[in-house]
Amino acid sequence: MFCITSFPIEELPVAKPECAAGATVVFEGTVRDQNEGRTVESLEYEALESLATKEGQRILDESLQRFPILGATCVHRVGHLSVGEVAIRVVVTAPHRREAFDACQWVVDEVKSRVPIWKKEHYADGSSGWIGAKGLTVDG
Amino acid sequence: MQDSVGAFLVQRLTVQYFANLREERGVSDETRETQARTPVQLYEEIANEYHLTVALSALRVAVNDEFSTMDAVLKDGDVVAFIPPVAGG
Repeated sequence: MFCITSFPIEELPVAKPECAAGATVVFEGTVRDQNEGRTVESLEYEALESLATKEGQRILDESLQRFPILGATCVHRVGHLSVGEVAIRVVVTAPHRREAFDACQWVVDEVKSRVPIWKKEHYADGSSGWIGAKGLTVDG
Repeated sequence: MQDSVGAFLVQRLTVQYFANLREERGVSDETRETQARTPVQLYEEIANEYHLTVALSALRVAVNDEFSTMDAVLKDGDVVAFIPPVAGG
């Protein structure tokens, strides 16, 4: 299951793995206090929620086709997040650890590149900027 | 769509904006009466009207909550979302 939430992910429990699972890999992406040499104070995430949920679910379904795993879930936060808060959690269960690690990495990469979610960084100097938006204006 | 005398009909479309594009446009969504037939025509019309600086080539588009193409034919009532480069995770 893929879902978007404004609820703190760190307060959500990780589901108990299936009996056939020998490995559960949990990845949590957290808000870092630095990016490209600048001090980050907080992040703001927004999503095109309906399409993000559909595309996110497609990624999880694809992961089950591509890797010998038992399950994959992902929850992504939206709204205002402080440094240290969890922005994304991916949980993959598999009979063995290698496939679980590989699939988890793949899911995170695909979510970052395909799901319509955006983030804005707020810096210590009071300025802010949307990630990925640089150099894409008509003016270059 | 053209009527019998060949004039282009006006359609009503809902347009959604996100991230830097939303901030440039100043609203997150709007309803427009437009002769634009495709997302590319629609974006050019809006970019021209509001002096948007986000390049068309940087955008993807979704129509009615599915990814689409910039040359898709739009119908009356469609919801068109312009999608700047994504940055989840």
